[in-house]
Amino acid sequence: MQIIPVLLGVSIVVFFMVRAIPGDPAQIMLGQQATQAQVELVREKMGLDQPFFVQYGLFLKDAVRGDLGDSIVTGRPVVTELLVRLPATFELTAFAMLIAVLVGVPVGVISAVKQYSLLDKTTSVLALTGISMPIFWLAMILVVIFGVNLELLPFPGRLDPTTAITSITGLVLVDSLLTLNFAGFWDGLLYLIMPALALGTIPMAVVMRMTRSSMLEVMNEDYVRTARAKGVVPWRVVFKHALRNAMLPTITVIGLQVGLLMGGAIITEIIFSWPGIGLYVYQSVNARDYASIQGVVLYGALLFVLINLLVDILYAVLDPRVRL
Amino acid sequence: MAEAQLQQDAAASSDVKTRSRKQDFLKAFFSNRLAVFGTAVLGVFILMAVFAPYLAPYSPLQQNLPEKFDGPSLAHPFGQDELGRDILSRVIYGARISLTAGLAAVALATVVGTIVGLVTGYLGSWLDSSLMRLMDVLLAFPSILLAIIIVSVLGPSLVNAMFAVSIVFIPQIARVVRSAVISVRERDYIEAERALGAGNTQIVLSGILPNSMAPLVVQATLTLATAILDIAALSFLGLGARAPTPEWGAMLTDAFRSGFGVFVEGQHAIIFPGIAIALAVLSVNFIGDGLRDALDPRRKR
Repeated sequence: MQIIPVLLGVSIVVFFMVRAIPGDPAQIMLGQQATQAQVELVREKMGLDQPFFVQYGLFLKDAVRGDLGDSIVTGRPVVTELLVRLPATFELTAFAMLIAVLVGVPVGVISAVKQYSLLDKTTSVLALTGISMPIFWLAMILVVIFGVNLELLPFPGRLDPTTAITSITGLVLVDSLLTLNFAGFWDGLLYLIMPALALGTIPMAVVMRMTRSSMLEVMNEDYVRTARAKGVVPWRVVFKHALRNAMLPTITVIGLQVGLLMGGAIITEIIFSWPGIGLYVYQSVNARDYASIQGVVLYGALLFVLINLLVDILYAVLDPRVRL
Repeated sequence: MAEAQLQQDAAASSDVKTRSRKQDFLKAFFSNRLAVFGTAVLGVFILMAVFAPYLAPYSPLQQNLPEKFDGPSLAHPFGQDELGRDILSRVIYGARISLTAGLAAVALATVVGTIVGLVTGYLGSWLDSSLMRLMDVLLAFPSILLAIIIVSVLGPSLVNAMFAVSIVFIPQIARVVRSAVISVRERDYIEAERALGAGNTQIVLSGILPNSMAPLVVQATLTLATAILDIAALSFLGLGARAPTPEWGAMLTDAFRSGFGVFVEGQHAIIFPGIAIALAVLSVNFIGDGLRDALDPRRKR
């Protein structure tokens, strides 16, 4: 169990980074007109007059209870701001990851099975190109092609302003289906395609490359040869014997992609005015809203660590040789 | 005296060996078409960066507002941007900034990461476990979030973005070097050096480091590709290069911030700087893949 010390380390880094940011938080919160006495009072209330390690203890206690202070911009608790925006970001990243896996895994399998074929060579170069593109450029090019020139897909935002959807979970696609609002579902889907493509392309390329190389490795294993020799039909060898084992490294890579996906989501949401956490990060950065930045970074790292823990657990489920 | 002679002999014989190994490596690398393509393209970008003042037809900063978003023409092959500046000139000057920033970030990360990797891998003990725990903590952050919080502390600028990106990469380099060092550490030739009376510093510099180079070179190259992208991304978030700097990422950012009109009338202002970034990163990736295949015989295609 490495996770607890790592998370403590993360919290220490975030705490000291935020304390190192120039400026007195109490002064920033009250504005320049505040009197010395008022600032002192707020400092006391925020615990800023305490020694460093006491401050860290208070910070940790609050963070564990989900209290990260108030956003300087909106005055509402940071956690509230994040929770309001979480469904939009979740819907975007989940859809992007879905595209990445649904395209990346099959293409990777096919290129491995047909190694050195024209298809393999083309997709390998395309995948490397995908990894080499700045995500904000890819997003802008998608807007140029599908949004402006072909007028196929709508942007910016998450829904047409005239489309109303009853919010239950906050996920447009789920809510519209729950309320049998098929027009709303279609509208939400159209708005989702471009941002999800922009966000999903890089993970797609990474998943494809990983699936290809681990499939190539597995296809040379003895048990695959044995399966072939005893007359198992080729597609069964590929999907039943090889793919299951080849998926292990791919799953690790998918877990690691989540970290990149968070960075990508910030940029994608800016380009498409997608009302999620990424856009909030951008606004916070521009407004020097440190409480919000601190909250996002802390919970972002927490989420990232937990997802990779989940990947480790999944690994053990899929591979009986691995023990946690 | 005898000892010095021995060492000289050892050095001479290792020289012969590296030469043939070098030839093998060059042959393997240059028989990879994509790697050759990458080297050529990167070479062109480097020439562009060095000779920018002679190659650029206009000043990268000279504005011409009436010609805002004018499309590609003979006078302006890449067209003009939101302030009427010549995009070709800005792309040429941008090679200086984007490539230098990426290289500097990787150089810093490589030096620090190598030192951490060598120290932890070679010395082991409490220093190893505590430094590697620190690396684990840094790796626990999604990279862009770590970069964002570092730049928040340091203040937004291109230099600070570079610095933040290099901190993000230190743990990855350190891990690669550490595992290479551990695999080399117990080899016979290291034992031989120690028997000849070499101190720790000498063993690390003459025995361990050269033999751990291959994975380090590959990792550093692939890191350069990511570094160029990450610095551009920080510029896009307003944390890196600022207007009017002709950094490729900042060019796209400024075009985007000029309003949604850019998608309709300024498409060339989006296309060309992006192609420059993608081409530079792609060629570095090709080189990195080529190096990996050439340096590691087991991974040959």
